[in-house]
Amino acid sequence: MAKTIIDMKGIVKKFYIGQPNELTILKGIDLTVEEGEFVSIIGQSGSGKSTLMNIIGALDRPTEGEYYLDGISINQAGDSQLSNIRNSKIGFVFQTFNLIPRTSALKNVELPMLYASVAKNNRTLRAKELLKMVEMDERMGHLPNELSGGQKQRVAIARAMANDPAIILADEPTGALDSSTGRLVMDLFHQLHQEKGKTIILITHNPELAEETQRIITIHDGQVVDVRPGKGAPLSSKFSGKMQKNEENLQQEEK
Amino acid sequence: MTQLFENISLAVSGLRANKMRALLTMLGIIIGIGSVIAIVMVGDSMTNSMTSSLQEMGANNVQIQVQQRPSENGMSYYTSLEEEDMLTDDMIEKFMEDYSDVVETVSVADSIGSGRVTEGHKYANVNIYGVNEGYQTANHMDMLKGRFIGAKDNKAGKKVAVVSDRLVNNMFSDNENPLGQEIKLNVGKDVHTFTVIGVYKYKQNSMMAMMGATASEQDMTTDLLVPITTMNKMANLIDGYYYITALTKQGTNSRVLASEFEEYFNRFYIRNNDYQVMATSLDSIIDQYTSMMGTIQVAISVIAAISLLVGGIGVMNIMLVSVTERTREIGTRKALGAKNSAIRMQFIVESVIICLIGGLIGIVVGMVLGYGGATLLGFPARPSVQAIIVAVGFSMMIGVFFGYYPANKAAKLDPIEALRYE
Repeated sequence: MAKTIIDMKGIVKKFYIGQPNELTILKGIDLTVEEGEFVSIIGQSGSGKSTLMNIIGALDRPTEGEYYLDGISINQAGDSQLSNIRNSKIGFVFQTFNLIPRTSALKNVELPMLYASVAKNNRTLRAKELLKMVEMDERMGHLPNELSGGQKQRVAIARAMANDPAIILADEPTGALDSSTGRLVMDLFHQLHQEKGKTIILITHNPELAEETQRIITIHDGQVVDVRPGKGAPLSSKFSGKMQKNEENLQQEEK
Repeated sequence: MTQLFENISLAVSGLRANKMRALLTMLGIIIGIGSVIAIVMVGDSMTNSMTSSLQEMGANNVQIQVQQRPSENGMSYYTSLEEEDMLTDDMIEKFMEDYSDVVETVSVADSIGSGRVTEGHKYANVNIYGVNEGYQTANHMDMLKGRFIGAKDNKAGKKVAVVSDRLVNNMFSDNENPLGQEIKLNVGKDVHTFTVIGVYKYKQNSMMAMMGATASEQDMTTDLLVPITTMNKMANLIDGYYYITALTKQGTNSRVLASEFEEYFNRFYIRNNDYQVMATSLDSIIDQYTSMMGTIQVAISVIAAISLLVGGIGVMNIMLVSVTERTREIGTRKALGAKNSAIRMQFIVESVIICLIGGLIGIVVGMVLGYGGATLLGFPARPSVQAIIVAVGFSMMIGVFFGYYPANKAAKLDPIEALRYE
């Protein structure tokens, strides 16, 4: 039985509490994600998926409900603890890449390890390894403004992997890319999922991308309205068809 | 520690990317630190050179002078110096006997102002001084030819004079021996004839040099020394002295002796309602001078401090702009696990580096200005190590002080808001 990485029960998030314009964005969400799962969260803008992502990513605390991330309670954590959790448990991938400007690709990948106080030599070694994995090792000395969108996102994915997090949290990772580079980035996620066994949560409003994952969770008006399995990577991808096999393996294990 | 180095290199690369802005930000710091360094350097050079030139004149001299007593109600009615108010030869003789173990000699000098020595179309400008035999020692005069004025010259009121080598150049031809020659001294409308008995080597006073005494060789004014009794008679002055200099022996404390001498001479003035004696050592004059320079330096330092304050506010302003510009970066860093303290440290380091670089440029600018200023005033320039250390420390302090508020603002940003910032 796989370990539960995300365990949410009755998550409620309210804004402007006690004021006349009080707003309830999340209205009681139950969600569990097992280790090694590739899950997508889908919903229209205003559905509350960004707020849910912020809570999953330990950027924010829920107003009500319980959230355990890799066995750690988020509800009671202070700012400093949340920083530690984000640093060690979560790898963020953003739509706008968010590489630190004027800082080389290598230094960008080193950054999470710097905040984790990893020694300089180990940091550089690991960052180079990760950049090699995303095939960016030849450009590790380049600054972000010298890289294309797809290259930036690959560096960002390498950075997300730096501290070997429990989950990769990707928010519209292909939103700013054309379809072919978007394909490469999605393949990279499939690779991390299938070869490294990473737990990945993909947040998107694009149903086609959501179909590539094992499980599609649809959010509407602050509630989970639908959960169904996805189809896996499309035929155009070299990872096509592999996930089903994976799925079958899981089913066999359960039997 | 590694984060600190990382922050420093990040801050430096940030400054490089915005060279013009960084320089303008630093300008206040550069001006502030630069002016302090320049002023301190000029002041120190001046004080040093003044002190050494005063010491050259004789640090072991004690000036004793007759002064009007301050009246009890604070008003002062001028009463002219009468003969009974003056210091006399008898007093000086007794004083020298009583203090023979500490006093080397007593020098007496008074001036009746300037005059001109003429001979046909030749002339030389002089200041006429009436002196005694102690004057030579007290003023370190080097005799080139002949002898100095002696006690006998004074007793007899002889019309003899000691002149400078410059005067000799002006008045006599090269192979002429000036000793024993007569010179005509014009004072006002009167003409007096003196016999030259000695020639001394003219030394330019460094204090005079500072005042910009740049008369031509021909018009230069030098001292012409005659027996003081002769001079008093010539100018119809009353006998006695209102100003004498006691030359104390090596190894004595002239500051302590000055107060002893003052007490000693005041015994002669117990019944004098109008006048008393005051004695000052050259040391105390140096002290006064140093403290005056100190006051000027403090005053200018206050102005510099204001400039540093303005500079610091400039740094704070730019740091606030920088925090706003980099809101997304701050959000990203927080998402990657940066603690508030790490963000705060990053921005404080940046502000300290701006101030430190500004401070270092300021030190260089200040030293160049200070060197130029001191050289222009004719003093050997001396950089003040102490001022440089203080300047470096102070600019770092400004960095921390004015960087803290923006850094704290950055540290407290909500990561969600910051990530969403456009």
